[in-house]
Amino acid sequence: MTRITVTVDGVAYTDEVEPRTLLVHYLRETVGATGTVIGCDTSNCGACTVHLDGRSVKSCNVLAVQADGHEVTTIEGLAASVGATGDALHPVQQAFHDCHALQCGFCTPGMVMQAADLLRDNPHPTEAEVREGLEGNLCRCTGYHNIVRAVLAAAGNSPKAGE
Amino acid sequence: MTTTTTTPSEVGASRRRKEDRRLLTGRTKWTDNLRLPGMLHLAMVRSPFAHARIVSIDTSAARAAAGVHTVLTGADVKDSQGSLPCAWPITPDQKAPAHPAIAVDRVAFAGEIVAVVVARSAAAARDAAELVDVDYDELPAVLDLKAAAAGGPLAHPGELDSNVSALWVFDSAEAGTGGDVEAEIAMAREGGILLEREYRQQRLIPAFMEPRSVVCDPTGEQTVLWSATQIPHILRLMLALTAGMPESKLRVIAPDVGGGFGGKLQVTPEELITLLAARHTGKPCKWTETRSESLLSAHHGRDQWQKLTLAADRNGQVKALKVQLLADMGAYLGLVTPGVPILGAFMYNAIYTFPAYRFECTNVFTNKTWTDAYRGAGRPEATFAIERLMDELAVEVGCDPLEIRERNWIRHEQFPFTSVCGLEYDSGNYEAATAKAKELFGYDALRAEQAARRAAGDPVQLGLGVSTYTEMCGLAPSRVLGSLSYGAGGWEHASVRMLPTGKVEVVTGSSAHGQGHETAWSQIVADKLGVAFEDVEVLHGDTQISPKGMDTYGSRSLVVGAQAMLKAADKVIEKAKPLAAHVLEANPEDLEFTGGRWQVRGTDAGTTLGELALATFAAHDLPEGMEPSLDADATYDPVNFSFPHGTHLCAVEVDTETGATRMRSYVAVDDVGNLVNPLIVEGQVHGGIVQGVAQALWEEAVHDDSGTLVSGSFVDYTLPTAADTISFVTANTVSPSTTNDLGAKGVGEAGCIASTPAVVNAVVDAVRHLGICDIPMPCTPARVWSAIQRAQAERGEAR
Repeated sequence: MTRITVTVDGVAYTDEVEPRTLLVHYLRETVGATGTVIGCDTSNCGACTVHLDGRSVKSCNVLAVQADGHEVTTIEGLAASVGATGDALHPVQQAFHDCHALQCGFCTPGMVMQAADLLRDNPHPTEAEVREGLEGNLCRCTGYHNIVRAVLAAAGNSPKAGE
Repeated sequence: MTTTTTTPSEVGASRRRKEDRRLLTGRTKWTDNLRLPGMLHLAMVRSPFAHARIVSIDTSAARAAAGVHTVLTGADVKDSQGSLPCAWPITPDQKAPAHPAIAVDRVAFAGEIVAVVVARSAAAARDAAELVDVDYDELPAVLDLKAAAAGGPLAHPGELDSNVSALWVFDSAEAGTGGDVEAEIAMAREGGILLEREYRQQRLIPAFMEPRSVVCDPTGEQTVLWSATQIPHILRLMLALTAGMPESKLRVIAPDVGGGFGGKLQVTPEELITLLAARHTGKPCKWTETRSESLLSAHHGRDQWQKLTLAADRNGQVKALKVQLLADMGAYLGLVTPGVPILGAFMYNAIYTFPAYRFECTNVFTNKTWTDAYRGAGRPEATFAIERLMDELAVEVGCDPLEIRERNWIRHEQFPFTSVCGLEYDSGNYEAATAKAKELFGYDALRAEQAARRAAGDPVQLGLGVSTYTEMCGLAPSRVLGSLSYGAGGWEHASVRMLPTGKVEVVTGSSAHGQGHETAWSQIVADKLGVAFEDVEVLHGDTQISPKGMDTYGSRSLVVGAQAMLKAADKVIEKAKPLAAHVLEANPEDLEFTGGRWQVRGTDAGTTLGELALATFAAHDLPEGMEPSLDADATYDPVNFSFPHGTHLCAVEVDTETGATRMRSYVAVDDVGNLVNPLIVEGQVHGGIVQGVAQALWEEAVHDDSGTLVSGSFVDYTLPTAADTISFVTANTVSPSTTNDLGAKGVGEAGCIASTPAVVNAVVDAVRHLGICDIPMPCTPARVWSAIQRAQAERGEAR
């Protein structure tokens, strides 16, 4: 067992973990951050995407011990991480809601975290850039149409769906 | 007290979903999130062989491993596990093997469970599963569908003497709904057009994003089972029957469920095993699958050979269609496996006026993962076949593919129309949908560009694909299901309860897993009862909260489930009437219900349902004999199916040098009747389109010669990404259904049904001038390129 200290959504946790523990398992099972989910075992689906020191990573592809001393932001802390208070959502979350960019919602945490990172790198992407930027995140419900619109809307580039 | 600030037209508004907040902020209840005190974790040991005798299983090392509580094999549970249910024996003489959750002495597909390890952590269970030592004696496996049908090695030797499970036939002459197919075919042979084609529906995997997960808590009087399922009610009954317990002792909960697409319309071995393990150990047990496990062992879909004979006259007027199917059941029959092709049987005639029709389906066992419902279930296969054939017919006749469809479709003024299968299509307007699609697509300009590119010998060719469709939705009138030997009815149940605060609780027997019922149902009830959208709470997915239901599949929830809810709401309104008269000191005959109020006609005097609900709660002053409640139940059995239809047009660019296909534009005009929430409808269409395109271009479950699933991870089973797809143009025409109060038809499967043939027709259209009339799905670059090479070689030889 190895002792690690990880800050998750602004709270510091110190825990003993098996060295093989994946960050996503640590988040879900030890911290209880079940908003982050597991959709595959080959790091293809991106459902487990979180921010590690502000950059998106697939948390199934990072060992918990690698997060020792670092800051993790999950979907549950995303809004607060940009200073949103109360019921306010992160702009990407809000755009997903406005544009109906989610159905079953299982891919949504990862998709939102990846989209937020994409917009940090490229605040005004084209549709093609959004599509390329989300290539590592799978969705089975939406056909990506409204997800792409949501990301463009969050960037202020596009009208909202249904308007 | 709740205010009744009713927006009079919630129905039809693009309300943002109530479900979103919890999903967007990670406050979601997925089954795998559950952790109960003392909970044990399961890991399945699965057969690596497609067909083998189990000689022995040594579990001693696994049992001795750290954290392991117990290991169960088929021998341990053979007296308690029963046989997993199939609810749809399509013929009286249908053959099926016993379907044990844990194989006892023989495995019949790679991935079949042979043992389960129960341990204190999921990691310990998986580690120990590696230590279970199974000695197999490999048997000849039958993997190819045609070989299996022809005799092949037997998939179930010693148990079944044939690989054929059932032969199911519909013939319009025998049914009295149409003419004689063979006579028409003979006539076409003499001087008409006879098309004989064979198409392959490749094997697909539903690949819902949330892996399956089951938790079972056996403590207390009632066993509670949570499952990522589409069908909590059916699951409860079937699990109870299979495990030999009263269903009243089992409560099934489908919490937030992450997609299904038919893939979670099942009673799975893993659900039964989790129940058995919980009862065996007396402790809560959990099983959550890995993605590889999901792709391997959750049921697959499609997998048919379609042999088609179409007879037409020289003008392209279709005279008859004969369909001969081979359908791969895989190794076992799941809940509705045998019926999946039958759901397509009545749809091959599609939107057309065929005079004669015959359908034969042979259901066949192979040593592969069992198949069952996948989005559309039977109807995509039927639509693909006929829409591919209509394109071929257009080529024979020498006219535009849209023109050939118009020559054959049911004209608007012919509705209601009784099809050659005897179904009554209540409404539709194929002319309107097609005209709208053509306009949005810029059809004529694209045809001109195609001609220019062909003339110029452009290496990148343009192809235009057409698909019209209709489907039977709103499953289903119970007497029709009975006539097809289905084991249950097709009704739906709902309850509407007025709470003392004027808020409304609606309980529905349908079970949403992404469809947005909480939002759409709230819109419908808000309009019906005159309450605020926000004041409606929709409850579902728990057999204790929602005691009756038939769950969600087959585009049925709105058409059947919401109708049940409207019936219950009607009862509530009527129940409130005598109380309203009492409160208002009016004659009941003078009252009318409008805007959420019982009102004295022609006056301002009135009272809201909320006020009346509070009066029943207090119950201090009720009319003589009135029960003190304002709630009601209703169970609704649909009188007919609903028949959504539409026209989809797709433009693709095919690089003839590489075989690569790129979608350029896609227009979908769907007629799903009246829309409750256009935003939700649009989302369903988008997602459906991409699933259908995925069948056309990318996805295939592939087994190697030993029966091992090669496409066993998301690396190899290639779900489309955002980078593979484009934005779509969607629109609607509205021909309301006449058989439900909403005039709705259902939309869950439409996109998926129409897009596969639209895309394949487009790919073939792009290269038809090179001498190609078919490319098998998925139309990968390799297959397109090979078809081009072959066609070139043939033309070289012909010269």
